[in-house]
Amino acid sequence: MNILCAGISHRNAAVDIREKFAVGPHELEETLGRIRGIDGLAGAVIVSTCNRVEYYTASVCPIRVLDGLREVLEERAGADLAPLYTHDSPASVRHLFRVASGLDSMVLGETEILGQIKQAYEAASGYGATTRHLNKLFQNAFRVAKQVRTETRITRGATSVGSVAVDLAGKIFGDLSGRHVMILGAGDMSERTARSLVSRGVRTVIVANRTFERAAKLAGEIGGMAVHFDNWQNAFESVDILICSTAAPHPIVTRGKLEPLLAGRDGRPLFIIDLAVPRDAEPSINELENVYLYDIDSLEQIVRQSLEVRRAEVVRCEQMINDHVGDFMTWMRTHNDRSL
Amino acid sequence: MDGFLLAGATFCLLVSFGYTLFSLGAGKFRPGVVNLVAILGGFVLLTVDLWKRGQAQGACPINSLFEVLVFMSWSILLIYLIVGPAYHLSLLGAFTSPLVFLVLLIAQLGPVGPPASGRFTRDPWIELHASLTLIAYGAFALAAVAGLMYWIQDRQLKGRKAGALLYNLPPITDLGVANARLLWLGFFLLTIGFAAGFISGMQVNSAKFVASAAIWACYGIILGLRRARRLPPRRTAAASMAVFGIVLLTLPVIQYLSSPK
Repeated sequence: MNILCAGISHRNAAVDIREKFAVGPHELEETLGRIRGIDGLAGAVIVSTCNRVEYYTASVCPIRVLDGLREVLEERAGADLAPLYTHDSPASVRHLFRVASGLDSMVLGETEILGQIKQAYEAASGYGATTRHLNKLFQNAFRVAKQVRTETRITRGATSVGSVAVDLAGKIFGDLSGRHVMILGAGDMSERTARSLVSRGVRTVIVANRTFERAAKLAGEIGGMAVHFDNWQNAFESVDILICSTAAPHPIVTRGKLEPLLAGRDGRPLFIIDLAVPRDAEPSINELENVYLYDIDSLEQIVRQSLEVRRAEVVRCEQMINDHVGDFMTWMRTHNDRSL
Repeated sequence: MDGFLLAGATFCLLVSFGYTLFSLGAGKFRPGVVNLVAILGGFVLLTVDLWKRGQAQGACPINSLFEVLVFMSWSILLIYLIVGPAYHLSLLGAFTSPLVFLVLLIAQLGPVGPPASGRFTRDPWIELHASLTLIAYGAFALAAVAGLMYWIQDRQLKGRKAGALLYNLPPITDLGVANARLLWLGFFLLTIGFAAGFISGMQVNSAKFVASAAIWACYGIILGLRRARRLPPRRTAAASMAVFGIVLLTLPVIQYLSSPK
C-alpha cells in the first residue's frame, strides 16, 4: 500500500491558481466520489484551505492513481497542472506530518492548519472515503502535531505586530475584559490592533482623530466612541491601553503631558503602543513607573525574535517528524494490505 | 528518622528547583505537575517531621534556630499551597522552591546549632504568638517571592525582551495584586501573633522587642503607603523584598534572644 500526496500550496502557486483548485465543502462529496472512481485507489482525503489544496490517497499503484488524479484535476480546475507537486510514501507521510505541525505554513508554526486537516479528515471519513491506512496516517499526523507543539517552541510568540500588542497587553493586564483602549489617530494599523484587542474582550474603545468624522466612522465600526482630538487628555483617566498612529511631525504624548495624567490613575499600568513614524510618544515615557511604551520597531523586533525562535526549532521538529515517519512506515510494512 | 524526613523534604524541593532550571534551559519554563508534586511531597514530609518533634517536646517545635528555620520553611509551603492556586500563581511555586530549599539547607548544614532536646512547657498564648509569627514570616517570604517575580516581569516589559520569562511569568498586574495581598495576610497574622504575645504577659528582651516592632512597623508603613496610593506596585515589590531580607538577617538574633535558656 502506498500513500500518495498531490497538491499545490502557497509555496508554488499564487492565489489565482490556488482558487481554481480549491474544493469547497459543498462540492467535497462529489469530488471525493469522482476520485474514488480512479482505478486502483482505495481511499482519499482532500485538504483544501486558503493556502493549499492537497489530495492524500491510499493505493497499491500510485502511478496509475496519479494519472487518474491529473485527469480529474485538469477537468476540474481547467488550469495548467504545472505547479502540482506529488509525493509518495514515505515523502508523502513526512509532508502531511510537516503540514499538520505548521512547518509548511506561510507563518511558520501556525496552528490553524491542524484544525483544518482534522475537519478535512472527518469530512472524508464521514463520506466513507478513508481506509485503515489513511485513518492511521491522519491519527498519527494529529499526534505528531500535538507533540511538536507541546515539546518544542514552534508556536512560541506572536508573529504580527497586532498579535504582539495583544500578547503584551495580556502580560500587563492579564484578563483584557473591562479594559479601556484609546486610539490616537485612526490609521489602518491602529484599527487592526484595536480590533485584535476588541476580539480579546476590551470594554471600550475611544477614538480621537484630527478629522472627527473619521474617528466617528471607526468608532462606529468597532463599537467605540469618538472624541475630538484636542480633548483626548480629558478622556484619558480610564484608559489602560493607548494606541498612537497620527501623522504628526512631533510627539503628541509627551512626558510633560502624561505625568499629571498618571497621578490620578491609582498606580494602574498604562500600555502605550506607538505605531506612528515619526513617533507620537516621547521615548523617555518608558522610564515612568507603570508605563510600558512599545514603538513600531520594538514590536517588529519581537515579531522577528518570535520567528527566529520558531526557525531555530525547525530542526528539532523535523527530527521528531522523522521518527514518526519511520514508525508509520514500519506499521505500513507490517499491515500491507494489497487487496482492494 | 527525623533526619530522613528532613533530607527527604529537602530533596523534594531540590527536584522542584532542578525541574525549574531544566525547564528554563529548555525555554519552556512552565510549572507542571512535577513542581506541584515535589512541593506537596516536601510539605508532607516537613509536616510529619514537625509533628514528631512537637510530640517529643510537648510543645510547638520552635525551640532552636534550626527548628525555627524548619518551621518557617513549612509555613512558606503552607501559604503557597493555600494562596498559589487561589491566585493562579502556579509559577510562584517555581520561585518558592529554591527559597525553601535554601532555608532548609542552611538549617541542616549552616552554623545554626543543634535541634532542641527535652520537653518544654509553655503558655498556650506564647505558643500561639511564636507559631503565628513564623507563619506570618512565611507569608512575607511569599510576598517577597511575588515581588521578585514582579520586578523580573517589569524589567522584561520595560526592556522589551520577548524571552521565555516574559511569556511564562504571570501578568504584572496579577503579581502586584498577589504581592500586596500576601503582605496584608502576613501583617494580619503578625499582628495577631504579637497580640497573643502581649496577652501572655511574657517577658521580652528589649532588643528583641525593638527588632520585632521595627519589622511590624516597616510592613505597616509599606501597606499604609500602598493603601494611600503613595507607593506604586514596583516600589511595594522592592520594599517587600528588602524588608524580608532584614527579617532573614534579624531572625537568628531574635531567636537567640527568645530561645529557652
